[in-house]
Amino acid sequence: MAYLFVGIAGALGALTRYSVGLILYSHSIFPFATLIVNLVGCYLLPFLSSAVFHKSRLSPNVQTAITTGFLGSFTTFSAFSVETVKLLQQGEIIFAVLYVLISVVGGIVMGNLGWKHEVTR
Amino acid sequence: MTAIVAVSVGGFLGAIFRFYIAQKWNENVEGKIPFGTLFVNLSGSFLLGFIASLSLNEMYVLLISTGFLGAFTTFSTLNKELVTLQKLPRKWILYFTITYAGGLCLAFLGYSFGK
Repeated sequence: MAYLFVGIAGALGALTRYSVGLILYSHSIFPFATLIVNLVGCYLLPFLSSAVFHKSRLSPNVQTAITTGFLGSFTTFSAFSVETVKLLQQGEIIFAVLYVLISVVGGIVMGNLGWKHEVTR
Repeated sequence: MTAIVAVSVGGFLGAIFRFYIAQKWNENVEGKIPFGTLFVNLSGSFLLGFIASLSLNEMYVLLISTGFLGAFTTFSTLNKELVTLQKLPRKWILYFTITYAGGLCLAFLGYSFGK
């Protein structure tokens, strides 16, 4: 049953990521859409699991659907690595370095901002 | 319409495969490197690199790349796991380095492989 929940939420997460890509479509070669979904997801995932779900009455299946299913699919690592490789191949070294730095450092910062230490262990 | 179906079907399957691998290989013990997440992110980077190097028709790109591999790999879980590993700097550095260095190298390999 958990698998079905995760699958449906995963489909929604992928669709939301796809929509953000369509809305933010720009002629810039810098991958803004992936960067934004990844950073938003990095804040929301620890925030929901550390500050919201532990006092909510949502069933464990629904919680897993939202975290592992929706947010897991909404964010993506493969696009990050391939977009970086493509930027390098196009000779856009500065954009590639910026993209990696903002994603890596931003992910760590957003993850820590979302994590509510006081309510977990 | 077909684009929505392609992304949904890919996302549905990608999330289920990731969940299955995470349940099998991520030991739910604090302070362990989550091998399940590591595996999906590294293999997904290679596969997406490979797919990106082929000139597939747009529907396949939406199904396999945007849908399946996008959902199969995850950036939010990686960073949440990094937060929980912060108390163990050695494991943190190991997980961080293997994920990013490995992911970028494998994406490059996959991309060159298809050319």
